[in-house]
Amino acid sequence: MSIRVQNISKVFERFPALNGVTLEVKQGDLLALLGPSGSGKTTLLRIIAGLEFPHSNDGKVFFEDREVTWSSAYERRAGFVFQHYALFNHMTIAENIAFGLRVRPRKTRPPEAEIQKKIKDLLAMVQLPGLEHRFPTQLSGGQRQRIALARALAVEPKILLLDEPFGALDAKVRKELRKWLREFHNQTGLTTIFVTHDQDEAFELADHIVILHEGKIQQAGTPHEILSRPANRFVAEFLDLPFPS
Amino acid sequence: MFLPIRRQILPGFHLCLGFTLAYLSLLVLIPFFALGLRTFSDGLTPFWVAISDPRALASYKNSFGIALLAGGFDGIIGLIIAWVLTRYSFPGRRALDAIIDLPFALPTAVAGIALAALYSPQGWIGRLLPFKVAYTPLGIFLALAFVGLPFVVRTIQPVLAQLPVELEEAAACLGANRFLIFIKVLLPAVLPAFLTGITLAFGRAVGEYGSVIFIAGNIAYFTEITPLLIVMKLEQFEYVAAASLGFFMLLTSFVILFLVQILQTWNARRSGGPA
Amino acid sequence: MSSLALTSRTPNHDPKLVAYTLTALAISAVGIFLVLPLVAVFAEAFSKGPAVYFGTFRDPVTQNAIWLTLQVAVVAVPLNTIFGLAAAWTVTRFTFPGRRFLISLIELPLWVSPVIGGLLYTLIFGLQGWLGPWLDERDIHIIFAYPGLVLATIFVTFPFVTRVLIPLMESLGQAEEEAAVTLGARGWQVFWRITLPRIKLGLFYGVILCNARAMGEFGAVSVVSGHIRNRTNTIPLQIEILHSEYQFAHAFALASLLSMLGILTLLLKVYLEKQSTRRTASPAPPERLRHRDPAVPTT
Repeated sequence: MSIRVQNISKVFERFPALNGVTLEVKQGDLLALLGPSGSGKTTLLRIIAGLEFPHSNDGKVFFEDREVTWSSAYERRAGFVFQHYALFNHMTIAENIAFGLRVRPRKTRPPEAEIQKKIKDLLAMVQLPGLEHRFPTQLSGGQRQRIALARALAVEPKILLLDEPFGALDAKVRKELRKWLREFHNQTGLTTIFVTHDQDEAFELADHIVILHEGKIQQAGTPHEILSRPANRFVAEFLDLPFPS
Repeated sequence: MFLPIRRQILPGFHLCLGFTLAYLSLLVLIPFFALGLRTFSDGLTPFWVAISDPRALASYKNSFGIALLAGGFDGIIGLIIAWVLTRYSFPGRRALDAIIDLPFALPTAVAGIALAALYSPQGWIGRLLPFKVAYTPLGIFLALAFVGLPFVVRTIQPVLAQLPVELEEAAACLGANRFLIFIKVLLPAVLPAFLTGITLAFGRAVGEYGSVIFIAGNIAYFTEITPLLIVMKLEQFEYVAAASLGFFMLLTSFVILFLVQILQTWNARRSGGPA
Repeated sequence: MSSLALTSRTPNHDPKLVAYTLTALAISAVGIFLVLPLVAVFAEAFSKGPAVYFGTFRDPVTQNAIWLTLQVAVVAVPLNTIFGLAAAWTVTRFTFPGRRFLISLIELPLWVSPVIGGLLYTLIFGLQGWLGPWLDERDIHIIFAYPGLVLATIFVTFPFVTRVLIPLMESLGQAEEEAAVTLGARGWQVFWRITLPRIKLGLFYGVILCNARAMGEFGAVSVVSGHIRNRTNTIPLQIEILHSEYQFAHAFALASLLSMLGILTLLLKVYLEKQSTRRTASPAPPERLRHRDPAVPTT
């Protein structure tokens, strides 16, 4: 599913977090929202997910051709992976993954056998088989991250949104997970947006990169386009590139 | 409504806010309004007469004056207790920490009769003292100090615990001795919490009723507190006088709360903690 | 001496003499001011022997007071629990104009004399109150009757559940609830499946605290009660009556009952604090940080 964001603005206590942001993500794309902290990237991701709403009626969000600007997160069903995973600590891993299926109304809820099969499949997919009966606090950070992903995927979202997916992990695990996520994306072909402040991560992983600063898009394009032609001084300095003045 | 029409992310905003406001309106706001109406039902004069009555004035000396003294006393004792709890470790520290909340958990009437038993002339402590405690203003002071103590300790404790050790180390490196460090570094850092704690203890003490009336003796012009005066006016069906005194006390509570808000904002800015 | 070594937790040791003096001062202050009154309650209660102590609870008037107190608490505490949950959810999960004011309003009864709580309802429902004559004609009794006791108790104790829940829910953050919504959970599902399991211990403490205060409430209840034996006498009021009749051993015996409830509340608090520090002390990453844009103050 493609995503289109049009002229979105958001103000927090008189501080503009987003200022007229417009961008488009094609079906199957892996897009990185890159920027320093406070640049508004997480806010933009949350607006796409329906966890935050834009400031005025001028801005619009579309999934394909359907406008979802004022739809709730519940209606949008975007798969969202939180920075600190937000796993339900009082539930087992299996219960976490099955949550999105079990809260469905009885008519659309899959039968229990199917849910069990899905848990197994998803755990295999994130390469953590056999962890069904553990609790989130018993897992390492990298494992939790993948469980969070499995939980988001269980409801078969059409888009996947990741907020600093590797932010809380140490360098080695980061590298491994990065590679794994790229392969994973190639397999599923889900339209994916992830937020990061780490440029290596963005450039290694993404098909397209959007660089944000002070609530505005500084530059959008493929990694190659951005590296070869930084659009302005900020981008050049942020990426440590020479900028012809 | 004054609320902007805006989508909320989590469910239940309107239901919960509506229920909260309805509950508060029925229990607090409408009764407050009724209190105001009753107070001024015959104009300002009865209000003024009621609150400036000599017996009322004498009761303020207890309910406000002694409450302030008790708050100050709690401030000093509370600062020492908070210091000891955060800086030293010794056997029984956890127990000591837990006991601080006792006045908060003990019903006021129970505290009242217990204090009376201890400090009456025949009581455990009262018998040993050369002067009278129960049935004098000193008894009121004791009861008010008792109920206020946890507020001071629990306000200062987190601030002291969060003070970076580097602060003291830096001062020590610069050649300040322990006493100077305390005066110049630590005291300014805990001052807002210290004052907040005293104000909270004072605010709690102003309205205190249960623990006081058993030990105060309740002698008019001498050991009578304002809440007791309200009860008596009500029993004599002097509703306007009771309402006036109640309205006056309510106003002072608002002022104290407002003061606490200001102090807490100051405290938050000083210590970086939440307001 | 060495067995009682005071080890300062900071590198800058206070002089030993200062440390010992302050510690001794703190312990004796707490001992004299806080512990001694509690000891006095039990000592006085048993001063005439266990027979008198247990005899207290065989007196029908006292039994009636205990029964009435339970009847008041069983209405006031659940209502205040529901209010506490709704208010804490409103205040911690949403931002809206007047939020700070609402928090202050919720806390107000803690800073207002309990007597004023009683006064408020007497002015409305009392015989000379607003609705008094109207109610009297219909033979409905609120003041000097059970409903007044419940009202006064609710007024004094409604902040307690909220006060426990607000800091707890603030510190837990709302990411888990947001996650549940993105996974398709609706209104009550979020509450029953995510929020309630996460706050249940804190809620339990809040309810116990609220209950202890409700059963021990004296000032507000004494104003609206009228002290009618067997009809409107709760435990604290019965303690007052026994005390004023110089039946000290009985008064303290009854007081010991409420004291035990208070001690239970304290122990529960210690236990819960231990639980929560153990949880935060685990090496897990800080997954409970509340999502907030860095520019937004968290208050």
